[in-house]
Amino acid sequence: MKTLPKERRYETLSFLPPLTDQQIAKQIDFMIDQGYIPGVEFEKDPTPKLHHWTLWKLPLFDARSSQEVLNEVRECRSEYSDCYIRVVGFDNIKQCQTVSFIVYKPNTQSRY
Amino acid sequence: MATKTGAGFKAGVQDYRLTYYTPDYTPKDTDLLACFRMTPQPGVPAEECAAAVAAESSTGTWTTVWTDGLTDLDRYKGRCYEVEPVPGEDNQYFCFVAYPMDLFEEGSVTNILTSLVGNVFGFKALRALRLEDIRFPVALLKTFQGPPHGITVERDLLNKYGRPLLGCTIKPKLGLSAKNYGRAVYECLRGGLDFTKDDENINSQPFMRWRDRFLFVQEAIEKSQAETNEVKGHYLNVTAATCEDMMERAEFAKEIGTPIVMHDFLTGGFTANTTLSKWCRRNGVLLHIHRAMHAVIDRQRNHGIHFRVLAKCLRLSGGDHLHSGTVVGKLEGERDITLGFVDQMREDYVEEDRSRGNFFTQDWASLPGVMPVASGGIHVWHMPALVEIFGDDSCLQFGGGTLGHPWGNAPGATANRVALEACVQARNEGRSLAREGNDVIREACRWSPELAAACELWKEIKFEFDAVDTL
Repeated sequence: MKTLPKERRYETLSFLPPLTDQQIAKQIDFMIDQGYIPGVEFEKDPTPKLHHWTLWKLPLFDARSSQEVLNEVRECRSEYSDCYIRVVGFDNIKQCQTVSFIVYKPNTQSRY
Repeated sequence: MATKTGAGFKAGVQDYRLTYYTPDYTPKDTDLLACFRMTPQPGVPAEECAAAVAAESSTGTWTTVWTDGLTDLDRYKGRCYEVEPVPGEDNQYFCFVAYPMDLFEEGSVTNILTSLVGNVFGFKALRALRLEDIRFPVALLKTFQGPPHGITVERDLLNKYGRPLLGCTIKPKLGLSAKNYGRAVYECLRGGLDFTKDDENINSQPFMRWRDRFLFVQEAIEKSQAETNEVKGHYLNVTAATCEDMMERAEFAKEIGTPIVMHDFLTGGFTANTTLSKWCRRNGVLLHIHRAMHAVIDRQRNHGIHFRVLAKCLRLSGGDHLHSGTVVGKLEGERDITLGFVDQMREDYVEEDRSRGNFFTQDWASLPGVMPVASGGIHVWHMPALVEIFGDDSCLQFGGGTLGHPWGNAPGATANRVALEACVQARNEGRSLAREGNDVIREACRWSPELAAACELWKEIKFEFDAVDTL
């Protein structure tokens, strides 16, 4: 029997081991297949009810491959290495956000 | 067919068939349509019985009255426009009735049901009667507010995207003190659940008064939220003996800053539910709906009201979540039929499809969607099937499946959250959860000791009941 340690989480996919670039790419491919518009967000000290993280550039309306999105994640990571980064997705037909998952946590030692 | 003869008042018992069975009638876009499954008493012709259903659920009275002469019955009467035998059943018929929209008060589910499922269900010429489906005309539908927030607004409020939400009903359902109850909530939420839930039986009993519960639970929500950095909630049940009590509890819930309250829409009643739902929109509080008593109404195949009708009525009355069965757990429902009414809860436009139990095409005209809640008898091994069947816009609730974990609530919650996220990840990567679901769970067990412990405990549990609900 083990007591569950206290750990900060970052919503969808944050209970998995940190995603590799290849795993992130697969999630983005899925999103693009669904017709969603990918985007990248970052924030230094996010709180649970902080709805708006800062947008990295603009949503990637023309992205056709996960590689384009991943390049932006990398660029964002090198410029804001002290920030949390998540990939988001927008559905312009349903007019809402549909995707958000964490892709980078700075200086954290996740148990997983 | 004209109803008035112009011959003046003639007392006597009506032959409903002359007035209310009109097979040539083409329903209007503004008519409310209903499909009944009808079992006439032996010897009663189907058309006569169908006419009686149309009459008794609209303008008809058993005998002619002189005041009929002061109104235009053609403008107000319900019309049976189609009768067809139910395939594979002896002496059962689907009877389709069109009701003029003016028969119903705007924005009142209560009024619609009082007409459609009122006296007619005790009518002597019928052995049994079941309301299978209703088509609400858009013009009438637009007089309803519907769900206070709907699925997309709820996700925005909660900051949760691209996965089903996870919940758990706190057990034992009766008898915990408020403080012990709050601890159980805290442990579940800190482990990774999005929501915990009051059991429907919990209102304000001697062992735990509502105000004490609300305060301890809110403390649990705030603490777990601060520690996990995720938005948390608990469905605080505001169902009460009177509407005044219900509103007092809802107001207090809002005052202490809780994100969601809960109501039992059938035992509480549609009028109370609609009042609460409108309050929830005005006050930015989410509304979770429980459905105690539904099986009394919807379980019999030949009598009562099908749950799809209750679900559609709830979407009009308002609620952001509604329990809708699991398909896989201990409360079995037929899969296509369940997905048929789940469509009615979530989608903006649902095509007629008898294989899914939808007798009419229903345009929901941008009314917000209701999130289906799958709850009851489910555990981690069910996760792949649940994600596959219900998709992202659903709330999966593991009561025993969380609290029954050998290490307690928090590890139990983590086990479920890990299983859920592993399934979502695998699905998005193109893997088939139907075929590879168990592999996905087993792979996650390798790095999650909490999930491994859960899988060890529950692997032998099987649920095998025949589905009651088929067309």
